[in-house]
Amino acid sequence: MNATAEAMAIPTAVNAVPTTAAMPASIAIDCKLDKVFYGDFLAVRDSHVPIEKGKITGFIGPSGCGKSTVLRCLNRMNDLIKIFRFQGHVHFHGQDVYARNVDPVILRRYIGMVFQQPNPFTMSIFDNVAFGLRLNRFKGNLQEQVEKSLRRAALWDEVKDKLNNSGLSLSGGQQQRLCIARAIATEPSILLMDEPCSALDPVATRRIEELMIELKAKYTIALVTHNMQQAMRVADKTAFFGVDISKGGRTGYLVEMGDTQQIFENPKEDLTKKYIRGEFS
Amino acid sequence: MLNPFAKADTVDSISGPPSQFDYGWDRTFQFLALAGAWMILILVVFILWEIGGQALPAMRDYGLSFITSTTWDANKSQFGILPQIWGTLYSSILALLIGGFFGIAVAIFLTQDFLQPSLAAVFRTIVELLAAIPSVVYGLWGIYVVIPALRPLANWLHETLGWIPLFGTSLSGPGMMPAAIVLAIMILPTITAISQDALRLVPYKIKEAAYGMGTTHWEAILKVIVPTASAGIFGALVLGFGRALGETMALAMLIGNSNQISLSLFSPANTLASLLASSFPEAGQTEIKALMYAAMVLLAITLLVNLMGTAIMTYTSKKFEGKK
Ligand SMILES: Nc1ncnc2c1ncn2[C@@H]1O[C@H](COP(=O)(O)OP(=O)(O)OP(=O)(O)O)[C@@H](O)[C@H]1O
Ligand SMILES: [Mg+2]
Repeated sequence: MNATAEAMAIPTAVNAVPTTAAMPASIAIDCKLDKVFYGDFLAVRDSHVPIEKGKITGFIGPSGCGKSTVLRCLNRMNDLIKIFRFQGHVHFHGQDVYARNVDPVILRRYIGMVFQQPNPFTMSIFDNVAFGLRLNRFKGNLQEQVEKSLRRAALWDEVKDKLNNSGLSLSGGQQQRLCIARAIATEPSILLMDEPCSALDPVATRRIEELMIELKAKYTIALVTHNMQQAMRVADKTAFFGVDISKGGRTGYLVEMGDTQQIFENPKEDLTKKYIRGEFS
Repeated sequence: MLNPFAKADTVDSISGPPSQFDYGWDRTFQFLALAGAWMILILVVFILWEIGGQALPAMRDYGLSFITSTTWDANKSQFGILPQIWGTLYSSILALLIGGFFGIAVAIFLTQDFLQPSLAAVFRTIVELLAAIPSVVYGLWGIYVVIPALRPLANWLHETLGWIPLFGTSLSGPGMMPAAIVLAIMILPTITAISQDALRLVPYKIKEAAYGMGTTHWEAILKVIVPTASAGIFGALVLGFGRALGETMALAMLIGNSNQISLSLFSPANTLASLLASSFPEAGQTEIKALMYAAMVLLAITLLVNLMGTAIMTYTSKKFEGKK
């Protein structure tokens, strides 16, 4: 593993990129991560992860390599953690989201997030989906938009007769689809999903995977997954993260990124090959 | 205890059945817990029985008119507690409004990352200390600090806005408002402590969901975190209200002990608890019976409030938390 730390796919010259650099029009959000710390602990370093528009980008890698950390840099969710520090740039519509004058609240309005554990609010199914709409003072037809989101999340038929029931009264898989409906109700341009299927059974997982493929027509999706079959099934692009233990700590970094087919069939890096063959995890 | 799997107990096996001693402890604790629960129940029934028995003659003599009439005159054997019921409810509701607002605000302030943890701990201790101050001290503080401080403002309000029933009288000394303010401070620690627990129990993943939707700090608190904790916060308010209904000493010192029904915040009034406390020492046979009836009414009000609170709480948690 140590040898590959030097042979990284992406050079470390990301510092030089100016804050308002133009990026290719095909990139929805461009993460040029230099160093990320939790307190003194260097969690992730040197990872350039461009997320392409209208595609699903899968993040894979062993546990603790920083997949969630990188994903949460995209909408600055890590700001909730006091000891978190970020060095580098994340570009979204030509703006560095980590620039000092950027309020992460605004950023998160445009980037939806679905978490590992289903986390519906303690309110009715309807209010859960309408939450973001009300938050953004949606002027249109609330009923209609809620129905549309629930349909798109493949949940409408199961809940249309009990929209006033609590969101927590649903099963785990339904709750997760409710959370997806809640996230897409406001039509964000990017959807971040952190292991959205890890708490679900295979059937529910399949439904959500189908859903993701449908959603990518409209949304750009970044997906963290532990499940390599899932990455193969749904991701267009795959980013493989590894752990570098050469400097004492366990620092994650991007080993390589490319088309999913290429990563799984013809990886450039030895480490990727070994991981995909299941030689370590 | 028979071990039907004794054959599994080979030489190599470290597992084995619980010893007689373990089972003994198990049973002892079960017995103690059960005994405790029964004791509380028996105690409540006993109190109700005792007071009810003593109140029975008065209940027979005065009937419902006891609750609807307004004079309390031991010499003429006229007993009515409507003003005291009014005063009890009015002072408690005012205290609940003030103490509830500030109590919940303090709980939010102390739990939602506004302060450094160490500083929040200091504030928490200070709020808890409020609960340790004796009732009498609150009463004295009310007499010597709150009433004089309140008087200029109260009288100004009365002079300029006297047509509003709330400011219908001037504040000459003890009265409803100083009593309610002191009562609010007395119930604040209860409300704050229980609301804090409820707010702390809101799972981190719910907060994450809120911030992930793009809420500001306050939007997350008001639209997600407080509603999620609402059952617990409501419970805090019910307990605070219960405390306010029964509070005696400070109110007896501050409310003026005057049997009148007035909407005015500055008029003196009376409460059931302070009626009981101030009348018992010199009461004769008939008056004691009437006082027992009054105590019974106070008990009934408190029980009713708690029952209603519990009912509302079960209803809301069924509705919003999906609990069956
Ligand atoms: N809040 C935190 N405080 C301190 N360290 C953290 C925190 N969150 C994550 N880390 C550390 O950062 C590193 C990367 O964590 P991260 O959660 O991003 O890994 P991951 O790739 O998502 O792992 P998994 O697949 O198990 O979810 C880990 O070493 C972890 O211990
Ligand atoms: Mg993770």
